[in-house]
Amino acid sequence: MGTTLLQKVWDLHSVRALPTGQTQLFIGLHLIHEVTTPQAFDTLRARGWTVARPDRTFATVDHIVPTSQRTRPFLDVLAEDMIASLERNCRDFGVRLAGLDDERQGIVHVIGPELGLTQPGMTIACGDSHTSTHGAFGAVAFGIGTSQVRDVLASQCLAMEPLKVRRIRVTGTLPPGVYAKDVVLTIIQRLGVAGGVGYAYEYAGEVIERMSMDERMTICNMSIEGGARVGYVNPDQTTFDYIKGRPFAPAGEAFDRACAWWRSLASDPDAVYDDDVEIRAEELTPVVTWGVNPGQSIGVAEVVPSGREPGTDPAAVRDALEYMQLQPGRPIAGLKVDVAFIGSCTNSRLSDLREAARVVKGRRVAPHVKALVVPGSASVKEAAEREGLDEIFRSAGFEWRAAGCSMCLGMNPDKLSGDQVCAASSNRNFKGRQGSPTGRTLLMSPAMVAAAAVAGQVTDVREMVN
Amino acid sequence: MQAERITSVRGRALPMRGDDIDTDRIMPARFLKAVTFDGLEQHIFEDERAGSKAASHGHGIHPFDNPHYAGASVLLVNSNFGCGSSREHAPQALRRWGIRAVVGESFSEIFFGNSLMIGMPCVTATALEIRELMDRVEERPDTIIAVDLARGVCETDGYSCAVSIPAAARDAFVTGAWDTTGLLLERYGEVDAVAARLPYIKGF
Repeated sequence: MGTTLLQKVWDLHSVRALPTGQTQLFIGLHLIHEVTTPQAFDTLRARGWTVARPDRTFATVDHIVPTSQRTRPFLDVLAEDMIASLERNCRDFGVRLAGLDDERQGIVHVIGPELGLTQPGMTIACGDSHTSTHGAFGAVAFGIGTSQVRDVLASQCLAMEPLKVRRIRVTGTLPPGVYAKDVVLTIIQRLGVAGGVGYAYEYAGEVIERMSMDERMTICNMSIEGGARVGYVNPDQTTFDYIKGRPFAPAGEAFDRACAWWRSLASDPDAVYDDDVEIRAEELTPVVTWGVNPGQSIGVAEVVPSGREPGTDPAAVRDALEYMQLQPGRPIAGLKVDVAFIGSCTNSRLSDLREAARVVKGRRVAPHVKALVVPGSASVKEAAEREGLDEIFRSAGFEWRAAGCSMCLGMNPDKLSGDQVCAASSNRNFKGRQGSPTGRTLLMSPAMVAAAAVAGQVTDVREMVN
Repeated sequence: MQAERITSVRGRALPMRGDDIDTDRIMPARFLKAVTFDGLEQHIFEDERAGSKAASHGHGIHPFDNPHYAGASVLLVNSNFGCGSSREHAPQALRRWGIRAVVGESFSEIFFGNSLMIGMPCVTATALEIRELMDRVEERPDTIIAVDLARGVCETDGYSCAVSIPAAARDAFVTGAWDTTGLLLERYGEVDAVAARLPYIKGF
């Protein structure tokens, strides 16, 4: 009987069974950022502990950084305090930091892969729920809270409970205009926002196998929105080709040895899963969320539900529609948008910007729409500028910003105001998520956001590109 | 470091109805802009509490503003509570507000783990049992609820139900092993041995 990648990686990193029955798991890479670490470092100081493995720890700044005016000190004194605190902690504890002016700076889940820090077969932890992104490489990557950040800093270990594995096979061929984002939103809609609790999601099937690393990262990134703390794809040649030549990747013969080891970690063909699900790609269309969690979505050609559909909770639908100010039965297409946001750890990589630019090229943002593109890292920004994407966006009326989490989460100057409707390539449409307590978020692919920006309303991107 | 042993929690309760209550709702992101957790309890559900106050036709008073529930130590919730962002600020705020245990239909894994790390047990019961507990507390806010981790029961005057918690988490609470850093730092030689067998640690 074969073994899954999750089990292989878990066993390799198990230190011992703790007296409580939890597993003490060694963490191969700890990524840290400014928001979820200051209290953890304070505890280290108070208890006289050091960082156990600074060589396995890497820091950057992303959540609170402004994406336009970046002069220090920041106007926001609280943000300045946080970034200064991370700089001091990294200095005092010997942790590498890609700070604000560093060419490696960016969203932590964009730069880890980009620098070659993220590799197959690692256990990875970060004080951010979207750490599942790194699973795209065949790593086992957990989002953790600040007390667990303290544990990893002090001991390079976590006390964890084992996970079951659900394989999700996406079979067939994706129709044109349907992207990785649509695939993962469909998975969440079908399995539910709590469907993955207790599971790691293994994404498989020919659609996943044909995907680029950027697309696989989009899928794994949103595992947590389906309740799965961990999501992964088995490493293959696409993975190895991506990693080769990156700053922290093994080189020369070491790279060949690494590939052999990485390959051996993939789930065995006869591996046994706790659950197995198939999604047929031919059935998929561009997806838009209409509600207040990422599972509340419909195809762009569909109408807003009423709560009377089988399997829906009428009270939850009513509550969501009231917040979103939407009438049941109205088509989602044609809904006016005020803001268009392309960015976030889900969809801010070069291929995302290319797809959005393909829609935008030669067109103009609708006059009533505020539109912005926020590259996921300084390096994505530079690469996009090298191929002229910034010019396409700027001349269409988009703002072209510096790297950060930006409008995904309302912790920096980029926020919605009032009850604005935002077409967003990010990952959460929770009430108040984008920084205004009444702001309304519609999640969709970056190409769909670009289409909405141009049309000034939710629009089927398939009608704009061919 | 030996943490406090937590075998049971007893006190008044606060019912917070709704599935999929995410941590952005519990603690809006702007309050994460601080280098300590101090004072977070003042901002629990801040935006929706303000919304409830503003809505003339609304759903009435928010449970965290209801004076009948002031001083509650048991939080009653429905399914998938604490989903979304990994921000520990959410359970930290609840605990600082006075919550010592959460009884619900189900929890997001990260919220459950964060709560374990700060000594706030999250236990589950069925939807029917949660509804019964919530109804009773809404009817009589002075109802005392006792959550017994060792016996796995939740009791109140005239009603009791079984509650579940994974065995490892239960043992961590009842033996005082929930503050894990000390535990993880013991026998560090074994950690080094694991690192030594991982090819990526030494660059392949």
